[in-house]
Parts: sequence; C-alpha cells; structure tokens
Amino acid sequence: AARLSGGENRLVSLPLSRIRVIMKSSPEVSSINQDALFLTAKATELFVQYLASYSYKHGRGKEKNALTYSDLSHTAEECETFQFLADILPKKILASKYLKMLEKEKRDGAVGEDDEEDEEEEDEDETVGEDVGS
Amino acid sequence: MAERPEDLNLPNAVITRIIKEALPDGVNISKEARSAISRAASVFVLYATSCANNFAMKGKRKTLNASDVLSAMEEMEFQRFLGPLKESLEVYRREQKGKKEARKDKDKKTDSEEQDKSREEENDDDDERMEEEEQNDEEEVDN
Repeated sequence: AARLSGGENRLVSLPLSRIRVIMKSSPEVSSINQDALFLTAKATELFVQYLASYSYKHGRGKEKNALTYSDLSHTAEECETFQFLADILPKKILASKYLKMLEKEKRDGAVGEDDEEDEEEEDEDETVGEDVGS
Repeated sequence: MAERPEDLNLPNAVITRIIKEALPDGVNISKEARSAISRAASVFVLYATSCANNFAMKGKRKTLNASDVLSAMEEMEFQRFLGPLKESLEVYRREQKGKKEARKDKDKKTDSEEQDKSREEENDDDDERMEEEEQNDEEEVDN
C-alpha cells in the first residue's frame, strides 16, 4: 500500500518479475543471477528517464509544455545512442500526405527510389493515425 | 515463446511515474508518448540482455552476472549509467545480505513452524520483494 506514495525512496520501482520475463524471452539466455536482474531493472529506469528528458529537451513538444510522440521519434532518428529504437518509433505523417506520396510514385513509374523525406508532424493531435514504417 | 504479448510490457503506472520524475513539474505526457516509451523500455531490456549475454558467453558462463550487465551498458554507450548502477548495486547487495541473515535468525527461532520464506519483510511488503525472496539464491537454475 505504501508503494504509490514512497516511490522515490525505493531502490527500484520496476517489478523484477516482469523484467525477468522479458529477459527470458531471449532464446539464448539460460539463467540470470539476482544482481544482473536488479541491474537490468535499474538500468531500464535510468533509460526511461534519459529517453524522456533528452526528448523533451531537444523536441518541440515543450513549446506546449508537453512531451509528444514526435519528440521521441525525433530522438530515435537524430541521436545515435537511441538509434536502436528507430524501427519502433517511426516518424508519422498525415494520411493525406502519404496518399499524395503514393500517387506521385505511381506517376513517376515507381522507379524504385525510396522517398526518405517523411514529413514530421508538428502537432500530433492532427495526425490521422497513419504510421509509416521507416 | 509462451509469453502473452502483455507480459512483455512494463506496468503503465510505474513507467508514467518514472517519466514524471525526469521531467519538469506540470509537463503533459501524451498517452502515445507514454506508450512509446514503455515499448522502448521493453526493447531496451531485450537489447541489454542480448548484449550482456554476449559477455557471458565470452566468459564461457551460462549465467548472466552483474559485470555482464555493466559491460553491456558500456557497449551500448550508456556509460552515464555506470556510476549510479554501481552505487545502487552496493545498496542492493547489502539489503539482500541483511534479509538473508534476518531469515537465518528467524529460521533458528521458529524451527517448528513452517513459514513461507516470502512472508517476513520488515520494510516493504510488495510483490516484487516477495518474488525477490523466492529468487534469493545467488544463481537461478532455470530449465
């Protein structure tokens, strides 16, 4: 019951049991000693804090006092340390823009050029929810 | 893999709290952003585990240990985590040692009663502590 209020005083907040499930889903891993489990959980917390604060600092969401998806996806693309996240945090574009891109590709005869110029969303509220994989 | 998809996720409430602790007061975190960070955290665990496992294999060990995880952090370019991690580890080890000794004393006193090892935490009585108790041996032997 004291869990919610005393959050900052605990050594680690993420549940070790759940961290262990994720770790064990890796086929090559046979066993994990208790210290390694603890360190992984703690490192994940540090990671969450780092990802959040870095993205906020370098993103545009703070213009509206917010942390947005766009800030995160921007971080994954721009910052080398976070590049391993690029596939799961793809940039988003408006559906209408995507459709225009498709039409253009058709007109150009689909010459096999990858259109890398995904336009970034300024306000994610307006995104019509189309994810474009990177 | 026998896990259900949701088992590979981390609890939303905890993730949200950790994010809030990292940002200035009053900053709004969109649901999408929170969900994305949660996914990123799971991917981080997988990446770190894989990396740590490589170090274990180099050392011809089948069990991941603390130094494997620390080496992984360095490899992944999260050197900034090393200091805080080492400090936390010391505290954690002391705590675990304290719990072990407390349990030994108690087992001596209450030899007649068969108690669950997981039951007597003085400070925190949360689930994760209880599960830690079950895993309190130095090495986990998994199937």
